[in-house]
Amino acid sequence: MSADTTETTGFLGWIDKRFPLTKVWNEHLAQYYAPKNFNTWYFFGSLALLMLVIQIVTGIWLAMNYKPSAADAFASVEYIMRDVDWGWLIRYMHSTGSSFFFIVVYLHMFRALLYGSYRKPRELLWIFGVIIYLAMMATAFFGYLLPWGQMSYWGAQVIVNLFAAVPGIGEELSAWVRGDYVISDITLNRFFAFHFLLPFVIAALVFLHIVALHRVGSNNPDGIEIKYGPKGNRWDANAPADGIPFHPYYTVKDIVGVLVLLALFSAVIFFWPTVGGLFLEPPNFQPADPLVTPEHIVPVWYFTPFYAMLRAVPPMFGSQFPGVLVMFAAILIFFFLPWLDRSPVKSVRYKGPLFKIALAVFSVSFVVLAYLGMMPAKPVMTLFAQIFTVLYFLFFLLMPWYSKIDKTKPVPERVTQ
Amino acid sequence: MRALIIASVLFLTPLLAAAAGGSQVPLEKANIDLTDQASLQRGAGYFVNYCMGCHSLQYMRYNRMAEDLGIDELTLRENLIFTDAKPGDLMTISMRAEDGEQWFGTAVPDLTLVTRWRSPDWLYTFLKTFYSDDARPYGVNNLVFPDVGMPHVLSARQGVQRALLEPVAEEGAPPKVKGLELVQAGSMSPSEFDAMVLDLTNFLTYVGEPVRVERQRLGIYVLLFFGLFFIVAYALKKEYWKDVH
Repeated sequence: MSADTTETTGFLGWIDKRFPLTKVWNEHLAQYYAPKNFNTWYFFGSLALLMLVIQIVTGIWLAMNYKPSAADAFASVEYIMRDVDWGWLIRYMHSTGSSFFFIVVYLHMFRALLYGSYRKPRELLWIFGVIIYLAMMATAFFGYLLPWGQMSYWGAQVIVNLFAAVPGIGEELSAWVRGDYVISDITLNRFFAFHFLLPFVIAALVFLHIVALHRVGSNNPDGIEIKYGPKGNRWDANAPADGIPFHPYYTVKDIVGVLVLLALFSAVIFFWPTVGGLFLEPPNFQPADPLVTPEHIVPVWYFTPFYAMLRAVPPMFGSQFPGVLVMFAAILIFFFLPWLDRSPVKSVRYKGPLFKIALAVFSVSFVVLAYLGMMPAKPVMTLFAQIFTVLYFLFFLLMPWYSKIDKTKPVPERVTQ
Repeated sequence: MRALIIASVLFLTPLLAAAAGGSQVPLEKANIDLTDQASLQRGAGYFVNYCMGCHSLQYMRYNRMAEDLGIDELTLRENLIFTDAKPGDLMTISMRAEDGEQWFGTAVPDLTLVTRWRSPDWLYTFLKTFYSDDARPYGVNNLVFPDVGMPHVLSARQGVQRALLEPVAEEGAPPKVKGLELVQAGSMSPSEFDAMVLDLTNFLTYVGEPVRVERQRLGIYVLLFFGLFFIVAYALKKEYWKDVH
């Protein structure tokens, strides 16, 4: 990237002598050359950032009227829904926003799987991404307790009890997390504190994610490194020939994506905010009652694939711990992906049938597990969950083998349009 | 890939069938209409007269209800507020939770969100399916809420229903109710009673989310705005990208 040497003058010049404003603008937007062949999958990065901002802004406004106490939390949410001006809109934006954030991030991650965006030299970029995903799950989990409905309460009870399965220290560990022997006012207070803090940690991680991205440059649907290709385009003689300035080309393009997302987002908020119990679960319209367990405790949809895996693993040696390990392994295994893929090519466009089958089986497994995680655990369901848990892990565990022997196609020199 | 998707759909179909079952009594569809103010006003009247002795609407304010339902303040004070509550107050009751536990075996639930938690159809069916059962403390049971603790408050309107039992298939199995039969008429005909229950359901659906009608009305404008903005943004993108293509 060639640093812009033009001197700025006036107010901007005054700023630039003290802060690299023009430099940052050029290096990361106006003279940041992104591959020109991004397709629809490449909208989800900027859309994820938009969802983070929506969640933070609506979250702060909710916090202005929300009361994090067991006695008042449920009533304060209804107060926001009824008595606070536009409170219902802010609340629905936030509750719908969490689901949309996960939808967008799951599609963003799937894009990386499709085009090998986790491969060298983007391993750190990918690792930051997986950490963001983990932080999002933690934030969502803490946030789900706050409305203090029946599902909030019992969902948190089930998840915190997972820590009790850790051999030896389990009971103490789960009590330490709760701050009490059951989910209580104390738990609600600390979960609120973490729910408020973590989004800013995510924002910092997103910053690192983007720094890492701009260091190595964006991947693209062909999986070709434009940096190593021919130089020179109509904007700069030294820039990659297949690159175009991020601003204005991708900023105007991303606005189109933003509007499609906001239209879908509004359609849900204004016409179907519960999504049939998927985004807002009916039992959560009942205040938390420690003495009445709901018939059927299910986490929100974005956690259900992992919940299905947890239930699929039978207790061993009288302990649920193996299930807990499998559940966490299902997430942590993403960290190793850059080193599991041995294919000579990055993009699915040039990968062979073995990878395509593996990715299809993995995607179907994830969706089926999400579905099974919402259903009551009947024996036949558990059997299916076990089969799909194995398939989920085989995608990763067999990858060094099938990615190596797969018949790949030759990768062109330049990106295709 | 396509074959795989089809195969997995076929494979999952029995799961869906299994998931759909499980409900004990089929719920009757409540044809609610939240824009029908007359129905909502009647429902509010029925609620404060028949239900509010025991059930509160503790997150709902009298004056918000009056405003949304087109009830003026004088009517509100004279016909809908039976306590010394002010119009801006929440629709709470004076019965204590402990008393409810004593009298009905369980604390009497607040009903502000009952339709959001249970569904309007559930409430509609619940109100219609009380039947006499001498084994229960108040002499009635309910089809969708077995062993419910409350009496049949609307009995004088609906009359008394009797359960029609299916022949017991095996010895010791609990008898299954196949339907209800009116054995003693109330002050209302069955169709009048259905209309009353529908008004109540309509009202409680409104109370569950007072902003619902307004939300849907606004949603149309929001979507139109994004639609128009999309056309402009797409044209802008096309114009810029002429450089690239």
